[in-house]
Amino acid sequence: MTEAFVYDAVRTPRGKGRSSGALHEVTPMRLATTVLEAVRDRNELDTSLVDDVVLGCVAPVGEQGADIARVAVIQANYAETVAGVQINRFCASGLEACNMAAAKVLSGQAEMAIGGGVESMSRIPMGSDGGAWATDPAVAMPTYFVPQGISADLIATKYGMSRADVDSYAVESQKRAKRSWDEGRFKKSIIPVKDINGLTVLDRDEHLRPETTMQSLAALEPSFGVMGEQFGFDSVAMQRYPDVERIEHMHHAGNSSGIVDGAAAVLIGNAEGGRKAGLKPRARIRAFTSVGSEPTIMLTGPSFAAEKALKLAGMKPSDIDLYELNEAFASVVLRFMQVLNVPHDKINVNGGAIAMGHPLGATGAMILGTMVDELERSDKNTALVTLCVGAGMGIATIIERV
Amino acid sequence: MIDYSIDGDGIAAIVWNMADRPMNVMNGDSLAAFREAVYKAIQDKAVKGVIVTSAKNDFVAGADLVNLLKESLDAAKALQNSFALQKLFRDIEKAGKPFVAAINGTALGGGYEICLACHRRIAADNPKALIGLPEASIGLLPGAGGTQRLPRMIGVSKALPMILESKKVDPKAALALGMVDELVAPGELLIRAKAWLLNEGQTGHVKPWDQKGFRVPEAANTPKGAQVFTAGNGMLRAKTMGNYPNAQYIMSCVYEGMLVDIDTGLKIESRYFVACTQSKEARNMIRSLFFSIGEANKLANRPKNVPTQAYTKVGVLGAGMMGAGIAYAASSAGLNVVLLDSTQEAAEKGKAYTAGLLDKRVKAKKTSEADKEKQLGLIKATTSYDDLKGCDLVIEAVFEDRAIKAEVTKKAEAQLEPTAIFASNTSTLPITGLAEASSRPANFIGLHFFSPVDKMPLVEIIRGKQTSDETLARAMDFVKKIRKTPIVVNDSRGFYTSRVFATYVTEGLTMLAEGVAPAVIENAGKMAGMPVGPLALADEVSLELMHRVRSQTRKDLGDAYKSDGSEPVLQAMVEKLGRIGKKAGKGFYDYPADGRKKLWADLGKHFPVKAEQPDVQDVIKRLVYIQSVETARCLEEKVIIDVRDADVGSIMGWGFPPFRGGTVSNIDSVGVKPFVAECDQLAQKFGARFTPPRLLRDMADQGKSFYAA
Repeated sequence: MTEAFVYDAVRTPRGKGRSSGALHEVTPMRLATTVLEAVRDRNELDTSLVDDVVLGCVAPVGEQGADIARVAVIQANYAETVAGVQINRFCASGLEACNMAAAKVLSGQAEMAIGGGVESMSRIPMGSDGGAWATDPAVAMPTYFVPQGISADLIATKYGMSRADVDSYAVESQKRAKRSWDEGRFKKSIIPVKDINGLTVLDRDEHLRPETTMQSLAALEPSFGVMGEQFGFDSVAMQRYPDVERIEHMHHAGNSSGIVDGAAAVLIGNAEGGRKAGLKPRARIRAFTSVGSEPTIMLTGPSFAAEKALKLAGMKPSDIDLYELNEAFASVVLRFMQVLNVPHDKINVNGGAIAMGHPLGATGAMILGTMVDELERSDKNTALVTLCVGAGMGIATIIERV
Repeated sequence: MIDYSIDGDGIAAIVWNMADRPMNVMNGDSLAAFREAVYKAIQDKAVKGVIVTSAKNDFVAGADLVNLLKESLDAAKALQNSFALQKLFRDIEKAGKPFVAAINGTALGGGYEICLACHRRIAADNPKALIGLPEASIGLLPGAGGTQRLPRMIGVSKALPMILESKKVDPKAALALGMVDELVAPGELLIRAKAWLLNEGQTGHVKPWDQKGFRVPEAANTPKGAQVFTAGNGMLRAKTMGNYPNAQYIMSCVYEGMLVDIDTGLKIESRYFVACTQSKEARNMIRSLFFSIGEANKLANRPKNVPTQAYTKVGVLGAGMMGAGIAYAASSAGLNVVLLDSTQEAAEKGKAYTAGLLDKRVKAKKTSEADKEKQLGLIKATTSYDDLKGCDLVIEAVFEDRAIKAEVTKKAEAQLEPTAIFASNTSTLPITGLAEASSRPANFIGLHFFSPVDKMPLVEIIRGKQTSDETLARAMDFVKKIRKTPIVVNDSRGFYTSRVFATYVTEGLTMLAEGVAPAVIENAGKMAGMPVGPLALADEVSLELMHRVRSQTRKDLGDAYKSDGSEPVLQAMVEKLGRIGKKAGKGFYDYPADGRKKLWADLGKHFPVKAEQPDVQDVIKRLVYIQSVETARCLEEKVIIDVRDADVGSIMGWGFPPFRGGTVSNIDSVGVKPFVAECDQLAQKFGARFTPPRLLRDMADQGKSFYAA
C-alpha cells in the first residue's frame, strides 16, 4: 500500500496574541506565506509537485476568510496548479489539515500535499466567526452547552484533580519549554517572521514565562468562576454530570493555553513524490483519526482518539515513545495521562501551549513538527500527537521514524 | 364591546369596553370587534389619527385563557389564528397614520402588545397600573408581537428579563425602561394623546424597524449580542433545568427574530407560540396556576348557605415564628390582632416581627411610615387571656405538645363567645384529637400555615371529625380575608401537605441507604423541578425532628406502624453520628460559616456509594412519582377531596414543580395507565410504597383521567 511520509515541517515562532505582541503587525496572510515559502525554499521544492495545500484556521473571517489557503498559495508564488483549501476542526485544525493531506497521499490521489494552519488571534479574535452552539437557544439549551473553561474545570473536579495538581503541571510546562529553547530543540523548524526589508520581526516564542512558580500561580484567580456561577454554566454542566456536587474552578491564564499568533506547514508525500523532489523522508504517518466525544465535558476526546488510532496502527499505548497532547488546559493532559497510564516524562517533553501558546488553527501542525524533530533529536521511534477539540472531539496521529 | 367614534378634528377613538366582564380581555369576540374598528379607522380618509384606550379602570388585561387552550388544540388552525392576529397588529403599525395607545390602567400580555403595535404609548400616571408581558409564568410566550417589538424597542438585554421573568411594572418604571414613551396625569391622558396625533404623530408613524438601515443593536450577530445570548442561555438552563419549554422558546423568538426583519420575526414568534399552546407544561400551568388557584381563592369548595363571616378581631396564641407571622398576615388585612404569649417579652418580640417586615416595606417604598404605625396599632401584645374577649377567631400556634395545646384551648375558650372559632396551626397532630380539649368541637378546626407566613400563600384547612360546615365556611372566609389561598383537607396523620411532602424527603434518604451517590440524589431533586434536594431539605427540617416524629408515630401506632427506608439513615445520623441538621451546622451537609454548604465528606463512609449508579432520569422519576402516588392514596382515603386542591397545595405548599401542574396533574401528564404500569415496576424494584392504590387502577382500567383533556 502507498505510504505517507513527512518530508519537512516548519513553523513561525508564536507571538503574543494581543496588540503588544510582536506579530500583531503581521497579517495572517503573511504568516501563512512565510511557512509556505520556507517549505519551498529550504527544500528547493518544485511546487508543481504539490497537489494541494490544506490549512487549518478556526476564525476564517475577515483577512483570514475566503479560503486563505488558496490565496496564500498564490501569494507565495507557488505553481498555479497547486490548489488550496481552508478547513476548520477547531483546535485540531492544523493536525486535521496534515491528516487530510496524508489521506490524499495515502489514497493515491496526490503525490505531495502540504498540511498546516494559521491563526492571528491578535488580529481576528477567537469567536469572530460566530456560530450557533453557544448563542442559539434552540441549540445551546438542549445540548447542555458550556464554555470550554467550565469543561476543563469539570474534568478536574470529576477526576479528582486539585489546584496544586494543575498548577504544578503548568510550572513543569514552562520549565520544559525554556529548556527546549535554551538547548535549541526547536531550531530545525523555526522560521523567523521577517518584515518587508528582510529584517526579523520575531524569531522565538514570546509567550513563555520561565519565572513561573507555584507561588506566582497561586496568586491567580480562577478564570471561569463567574461564568460558572453567575451565568449558570456550572449548573448546566452538573445537569449533564449529576454525580458532581459542585464544580471546583481551578483553571486560569497560568495553567491554560496562551493566546498567540502563528503559522505552520508540513510537507507530506508518498515515496515517489519524495524521489521526484529529491527529499529524504523524516517520518512515516502510521495512523490518524478523529472522534466525537461527549460535548459538555468536551475535552476528553484525546484518549478516545488515541485509543482508536493505536488500534488502527495495531499498537498499544506502551508502544509509543513520545506523546504530544496540546496543553489547552492542564486538566486535559492530566486526564489523558490517567486514562492511558502515560508517565509525565513521556508526554509533552518539550513543554506545550501553556508556556508557548496555542494559535488555534496552526497548533496541530506545529506539534506534529515538534514530534518529528524530537524523535530525531532523542533518537526515539514512535510518537502520538493528539489534541482536544471544541464541541467534544478528539484527534490523533501516530508517526514513526523512517 | 369596542366603542368607536370620530371627533371633529378627525381623531378616531377605539375604546375597549367589555360590558359583561370586570376587565377587558382579548378573545374571539372582542378581537373581532377591535379588528373591525381598526380597519374602519385605517380606511376612513377623514381619520387623521387613532386613539386606542379603554373605558374601564384597566386598559386590557390580556388574553382570555378559557378559550385559548380550546381554540389551540389544532396546531395548524392555531397557527392561522396567530398569523391573523399578527397581521392585524402589523396593519396598525403600517397604517400610514398614527395610532397612540392611551394606557389608562393595567395593560398586560396581549393588552400591552396592542400598545406595542401602536406608534406611541402614553400612560396615565396611575401607580396602581401594571404593565408587562407575564405570559411566561403560565407556560406561554407573548404571541402577538411581544417578543419581537419589545427587544427592538428597548434592547435585547432589557427585554429578555421582562419577558422571561414575567415582570409587571408600574407606569413610572415602564417609562424608565422605555416600555412607554411618556407619562401624563390621568385627566390629561386623552388630551395629550390627541395632541400627539395631530402634531408629532403626523410624521412620526413609521416604526424604527420599518425605516431603512435599522439594526437591532444586541442581535446575536453583534459581539454584545453574542455575549447576551450565550450567558442568557446558560442562566436560563440553570434556572429552568430545561423543564420549561416556553422559556427556551422565548429566548429563541428573540434570538432568531432579531436576525431577520420584523415580518419574518413575527412568523417565527407565531410558530413558537403555537408550540407552547401544544405543550403539556402550558396546559398544566394554566390549569393549576391560573384556574385552580383562582377557584380556590374564590372559595369554590366553601359550604353553601353559610352567611359570609366578617372579621374584626382575632387572637393568636404563641408569638413564636408562626404566631408572629400569622399576626403580620392578619394585621396586614386590617384585622385587630391579640398576640398572646406566656411572657410580655415574648409577645412583644412577636409583634416586633411585624415591625421588622414593615420597616423593610417602608424602605422599599411599598408602604408609608404612617401606614406602618397604623398596622402596628392593630396588634396588641399581651399575656392576658382576658384580652381575647370579642375575638371572632383564635388561632393557637404554641409548641407541638398535646398537653400545652389543650391548656391554651381551655383558657382561650373561657373568654370567647360560644360562636367563636378555635383553630390550631398544628402541622403534625391530628385535629380530632386536639378538639377533645375543646368545649365546642364543632367550632374547632385546623389552620395550617406555612413558614414563613408572610411569604407562603397557602393555608391548609383541616376538618376534624366534628368540625361543622359552618365553621369550615367561616374559616375559609378568614383565609380569604387575609389574602391567602385555602385548600380543604380531612383529618389524618400529616394531613395532606406534610404527608406527601415527607415522601419526597424519605425517598431521598432511602436512596442514600441504597447507595445512590448523594450528589446524584440532590441534583436529581433539583432537576425534577423541586426547589431543594431531599437531603438539604431534610437538614432544613432537622434530622432530629424527623427522627422524633417517627419514634412518636411508632409509639402511637404500635403494630400498625410501617417502617420506611429512611429510618436507618436517620438513626445513624442522629443517634450515632450526632449530625442533626442545619441548625446544628451539620447534617448531610456541612455548613461552614464563611461559605456555601457542602455535602459531608464522610457521608460515603457511613452510606457507601454503589459502583453502579442509576440513571439520573430514574432517580428523578422516583422522587416525583412517590409524591403523586401518595397523593392518589390521599384522594382514595378522602384525606383530600378536590383534585384541584391537591394540585394547588402541592405547588404552593412545598414547591412541587409548576410545569408538572401539581401532584395530580402530573399523573394525567404521564397518563394514568402508564403511570400505574410504571408504579408497579417501581414497587417491584423499590418497595410497596409505589404500589398504586385501587383508585388509580380503576381509573386506568376505565381509561379515565383526573381532568378533562
